[in-house]
Amino acid sequence: MIRWSRPGAIVLRHFYLMRGSPARVLPLFAWVGVDIILWGFITRYLNAVTSAGMNFIPVMLGAVLLWDFFARVMHGVATAFFEDVWSRNFLNLFASPLAVTEYVTGLVLSSIATSSLGLAAMVLLATTLFGLSFLGYGVALVPFLLVLFLFGIALGIVGSALVLRFGPAAEWLIWPIPALVSPFAGVFYPLSTLPRWMQWLSHLLPPSYVFEGMRAVVSGKAVSWTSLWGGASLAVGYVLLAGWLFSRVYRHAVRTGLLARYSAESVN
Amino acid sequence: MPPVMTATALTKRYGGTLAVDGISFEVRRNEILGLLGPNGAGKTTTIDMILGVLEPTSGEIRIEGVDSRSRSRALERTNFAAAYAPLPGNLTVEQNLRVFGLLYGVRGLGARIDELVEEFDLQPFRKVKCGVLSSGEQTRVALAKAMLNRPRLLLLDEPTASLDPSVARDIRGRLRAFVAGGEGAVLWTSHNMYEVEEVCDRVLFLSRGRILLEGDPRTLPGQHGKATLEDLFVALAREPLALERAS
Repeated sequence: MIRWSRPGAIVLRHFYLMRGSPARVLPLFAWVGVDIILWGFITRYLNAVTSAGMNFIPVMLGAVLLWDFFARVMHGVATAFFEDVWSRNFLNLFASPLAVTEYVTGLVLSSIATSSLGLAAMVLLATTLFGLSFLGYGVALVPFLLVLFLFGIALGIVGSALVLRFGPAAEWLIWPIPALVSPFAGVFYPLSTLPRWMQWLSHLLPPSYVFEGMRAVVSGKAVSWTSLWGGASLAVGYVLLAGWLFSRVYRHAVRTGLLARYSAESVN
Repeated sequence: MPPVMTATALTKRYGGTLAVDGISFEVRRNEILGLLGPNGAGKTTTIDMILGVLEPTSGEIRIEGVDSRSRSRALERTNFAAAYAPLPGNLTVEQNLRVFGLLYGVRGLGARIDELVEEFDLQPFRKVKCGVLSSGEQTRVALAKAMLNRPRLLLLDEPTASLDPSVARDIRGRLRAFVAGGEGAVLWTSHNMYEVEEVCDRVLFLSRGRILLEGDPRTLPGQHGKATLEDLFVALAREPLALERAS
């Protein structure tokens, strides 16, 4: 059973760090802002040079916005975890009554707060500068965000588990994960564009259902709720799997002594 | 009264290396138990197992009767401070105490932080980030954090190592008062034998993962033909087998 003051402590720690550090706050807005501006102008240019009637803003700029939201959620979990790696805080944390589930819950709650700020900034920029109507996706927007949020959480937990298992140097494997996933997720193109083997992998990725759904909405077709809920179920499954993986890695670290000697990166 | 903590046949093996070899001991209520031994004797491994950050290969640990495998329940009444585990340097003293107070479920946290800041002379540093404090000041913050939840079992791994003699004496006095005034107990490691003699009620000598000697630090040297506890320590560190046979 979760005692909420403990995940609350993890969130409070993150809040204190954010409050006292512009270097932590700025990236919440800066990179997503740059992305929105860059892709905003690209879509504006594409609208100008392609045939009349085609509007790239909801297709491409909307896709960038949703994808950046997913990446921010994932990085939000991983960054909250890395704070403990950077400050060598594992011994203090895990010698306290904090349970692994409570710790991971704290990381997720921290990510909800930071990714919501990033999302708000992106929506504000995309709406005011480029006229993206975020609500134009209709009620489907709710499952779109939910699926991306859940999958971001899952990958953030997996990334944290990898760093716990392989040491601080593994951090550099974690940041590019969204870029590695994006070609398979069909962020900017229909899945039918991909070769068959890539399509198989795409069907295992919840975001691909979101972006297929988004393109359907934009082109005036009906969203396939069945496949969208399928994507959501898949995302829930990945969250559970990620939690299980983190728990396994934590148990391994406690059994081998890695947790107590984490700076050594390996007990061998 | 039942002991605060019991360790039974506690063993930790890393591959072919036996770090802790089936030790059994208890920490009694209202006592300061010294865990002594040369580097690599198994002291920190033992403490890590009690703290739940290292799983024993075999054996059992009970804290206030609670099996340490019920991790959160066992650790609610435990706390620790160690020179090798400073609090995050990027948070202030007060922020660290607040975060760890929530982790330990401390009731009336604001008032408890005020008490500890006063008790450990931390008022000037309350809003200062821990990373910029001197090592002695950081030790005091770590001790304040260790006392947040009024632990029944306090584990201190060389707690006064970086303190000047005056502050170290003061801290020893506070810890003695903590043990005398409540139902708590302390498991204390130190390489300062003068300090151990002054503060510990009982000591365990650990070498190569095994308990070789146990007793009162003031009478133990005489019982083994040594003038001081330090002489006994040196003899034990150099020739543990000879002492083991003699005992």
